[in-house]
Amino acid sequence: MSLDISFIGILIGSIMASSVPLILAASGELITERSGVLNLGVEGMMIIGAISGFALMVITDNLFIAIIGSMLSGVVISLIFGFLTQSLLTNHVATGLALTIFGIGLSAMLGKDFVGIPGKDFPILFSSLRESVPFFGPILFGHSIILYFAFVLPFLTSYFLKKTKLGLIVRAVGDSPVSASNQGINVILVRYCCILYGGGLCGLAGAYLSLIYTPQWIENMTAGRGWIALALVVFATWSPIKVLIGAIIFGGISILQLHMQAVGFRIPVQFLIALPYLMTIIVLVVISRDSRKIKLNTPTSLGRIFYKEK
Amino acid sequence: MEDLLIRIEKRNDVPTTLYFFTPFIAIILTIIGGGIIFYALGFNPVEALKFYFITPISNLYGFSELLLKATPLCLIAIGLSFCFKSNNWNIGAEGQLTFGAIVGGGVALLFYNQEGFYILPLIIIAGAIGGMIFALIPAILKTYFNTNEILVSLMLVYVSKLILDYLVVGPWSNPEGFNFPETRQFSDSSRMPLLFEGLRIHAGIFIALAAVLVSWFVLYKTYLGFQIKVSGLSLKTAKYAGFKGKTMILIVFMISGACAGLAGVGEITGPIGQLHRMISPDYGFTAIIVAFLGRLNPFGIIFASLVVSLTYLGAETAQIFLQIPQYTGQVFQGMILFFLLASDYLLFFKIKFQNFSKNELRH
Repeated sequence: MSLDISFIGILIGSIMASSVPLILAASGELITERSGVLNLGVEGMMIIGAISGFALMVITDNLFIAIIGSMLSGVVISLIFGFLTQSLLTNHVATGLALTIFGIGLSAMLGKDFVGIPGKDFPILFSSLRESVPFFGPILFGHSIILYFAFVLPFLTSYFLKKTKLGLIVRAVGDSPVSASNQGINVILVRYCCILYGGGLCGLAGAYLSLIYTPQWIENMTAGRGWIALALVVFATWSPIKVLIGAIIFGGISILQLHMQAVGFRIPVQFLIALPYLMTIIVLVVISRDSRKIKLNTPTSLGRIFYKEK
Repeated sequence: MEDLLIRIEKRNDVPTTLYFFTPFIAIILTIIGGGIIFYALGFNPVEALKFYFITPISNLYGFSELLLKATPLCLIAIGLSFCFKSNNWNIGAEGQLTFGAIVGGGVALLFYNQEGFYILPLIIIAGAIGGMIFALIPAILKTYFNTNEILVSLMLVYVSKLILDYLVVGPWSNPEGFNFPETRQFSDSSRMPLLFEGLRIHAGIFIALAAVLVSWFVLYKTYLGFQIKVSGLSLKTAKYAGFKGKTMILIVFMISGACAGLAGVGEITGPIGQLHRMISPDYGFTAIIVAFLGRLNPFGIIFASLVVSLTYLGAETAQIFLQIPQYTGQVFQGMILFFLLASDYLLFFKIKFQNFSKNELRH
């Protein structure tokens, strides 16, 4: 492996690109979970976003419509989850699983005429700087606007949760829905909004895959990234900034294993691919053992049904 | 608040008939929903549904396939019913199935060039133990470290699939297999006996049926079953009654893991006959739907496993006759669970249409 400086720059650039769908989906799921809702449908919402974005790109030939449409489709599909869990008070785990199973199936049905169609070049920003600036060029420049958005999003999310009134409301609803409700907050409405927000970002994460990262439609192309995003939220102990760090680690592992495969490294690649899951379990054990640590960010009412006698 | 004419109340007693009736409503709604989707895709919905639900089981071979696919679903769902009844959310049955298949398959490979009546029982026991051990991980972490079993069992699904992947491409791959990601074929003594010549249905179905009977007995006739049910209804009551919560959690996970492991060895010693990457079309996840649709009742689960098995077969038939991707099965499976969960609303909440006085609303 040639470890010259420009190669490392390109490597870091590709790790960043691979972490984008994880950042987007996990940031969305983080808000959903902070409001006390556990949505296991991330994979399903992502894949629906991926096919919607790609199909709209092929039909309208307009990438802007494709991106917006993918987010809307994520919102619409998460509305099913929202309606069931919030209005019909169904179990979050079962409903989320149903959403993932349904989403994967539906995307394959919708996408059957789009298999094999080549994607379109997505515009990248500052492409000239990418070539001319040594080392930092491939890291900082020549990415899609979605990547820049993804890398700013965790900071915005953190600001939202910590500094804004709405963020406080979201946290209150997640930590103590009953007292929030007694304070006059419409718990169900807040949770609906957080679910739809999560759905929109998962849709965008899917579209990033089908329009930018590997521009084409393949059945089941999210390939478990939704589950990794879910793991990431836990790994980050529900903190937005740690989501960013975790996404780079998880994304880095996925890129690294490709390179290690190429040079015939002795560690089995499967072990590297399994690392994000194993690391998440370890983090879970560490934070769960110490009840003070888990209280820091974990939404106390996560996954519990809130029901208000009317 | 002024125009509220509908009032929603929580039911305290759920009528049993309604409880077992709503799954049928969910199935009917799913068929209607499926028809609408087929229509939207430009197919004649009646014809498409016929291809989907009737053609696959219109001959003996199809019927055998129905039972073949229902077998693992039923087994896993029976195991899951122990967990779900006691409020333990084991959603990693797919991982336990895989690990059971790995351990059972390892034993089968040990005897790849030997014959003997004792081989198959050894494989089956190994598979059950494998699944059990794998299910113990989330159970132990939950009981001793207070971790969330949903997330741990889910993460472990991918870990076990990657272990399988490593084994079939690496140390266990068939030396004469031209580097295909698969192991040797198991010997004849390692295979489940077929029930009929020319059909794939095998003796594994008796394991599933035995599991149904045993689970019925344990759940409804033993102290453990009583503990499980009480813990599911109210953890506080269970604690008050002095039940040992930790032991029970470990036991339900072990039962559930063993069932999933058995389903795994049933697949590899039955229709597959070796280990490779694709030993299960997500049976472990789909069985969660089966458990719910069967209302966590052993006999309900038999019925539900047949229904869900049909969605797998229908998807295969639809792929052949209508050229639509096999993933349609998942659309139906997802819809069944959606509608079932939604219809539960009618079960647990009473919707009252009533005249009211404003004073009544105030409190």
